[in-house]
Amino acid sequence: MDLNKKYTPQTWPDHPEQVTMEGKNKFLGFWLFLGGETVLFASLFATYLALKNKGPSGMEFSTQSLFELPLVFVMTMILLTSSLTSVYAMYHMKNHNFKGMQLWLGITVVLGLAFLALEIYEFNHYVHLGFNYSQSAFSSAFFTLVGTHGLHVVVGLVWITLLIVRNAKRGFSLYNAPKYYTASLYWHFIDVVWVFIFTVVYLMGVVG
Amino acid sequence: MSHDAQVYVKSDAEFNYIKQKRRQDMRNQITTFAIMIFFTLIAFTTVAAGFSKYLIAPVILLLAAVQVALQLFYFMHMSEKNHNVPMYFLFVGAFFGFIFILTFLTIIWWG
Repeated sequence: MDLNKKYTPQTWPDHPEQVTMEGKNKFLGFWLFLGGETVLFASLFATYLALKNKGPSGMEFSTQSLFELPLVFVMTMILLTSSLTSVYAMYHMKNHNFKGMQLWLGITVVLGLAFLALEIYEFNHYVHLGFNYSQSAFSSAFFTLVGTHGLHVVVGLVWITLLIVRNAKRGFSLYNAPKYYTASLYWHFIDVVWVFIFTVVYLMGVVG
Repeated sequence: MSHDAQVYVKSDAEFNYIKQKRRQDMRNQITTFAIMIFFTLIAFTTVAAGFSKYLIAPVILLLAAVQVALQLFYFMHMSEKNHNVPMYFLFVGAFFGFIFILTFLTIIWWG
């Protein structure tokens, strides 16, 4: 079968991401990867919780003196919304509406960039205060955890942007449907991790 | 074991049915999103309101757990058919993650 075969809305399969063997393998392989990612982030969370507020004696930095809720709130709303926009993109993929999908993925990328910009601003602010990566056990654990999440956002943005650009003139096929599907799963997973970060790091940090 | 896929042309009735069903699914997704936003608001408000931390911590952790479950089961489609193996992978990962956190915290607190 030709993977680049063109479909119409009426011939487009209900689950285009899992029609081909490659699509099925990608689907399973990607979930295995997400299981591994869960373990990665759990180990970083464990490290952070163990080293939270720990550092040289007389350290003036603590979660309560550093974190500011309004910024975190805005970042959370942006990332949550970007999760919904990628759900919209997948809705359009199922309906074989290529332009709709590209548009909503584009919006997802813009929201992701906004999130990233705020995170860079936040880190920059901390470093200016003297709370840099090597300042204390606490700072290393914090930047590693939140920075690894930020790195995932960067990877997701590059990935989705490449998909949008690379397939712009191709339209849908059973070749690229699994690629779009896994990218959207990845983006949701980034949001899953962020839910724990804003709860465990920021909210519980402000409470003390 | 190839890339073979049957091309199946849906009848108009089938096509309209599945379209309608997808629209309904999308509506449910928006409800899910509204719940997630609502939970986030509650979590931030409880913290901003300054209740006792022994009240806040369990409440916001519970809200986070529900939010993550919604994200996994609806946004990531884990509630749909054909997701047994993904669930297995993810829950094994989550199990080990839980053990990690338990271990690290007990080392610090009881060590």
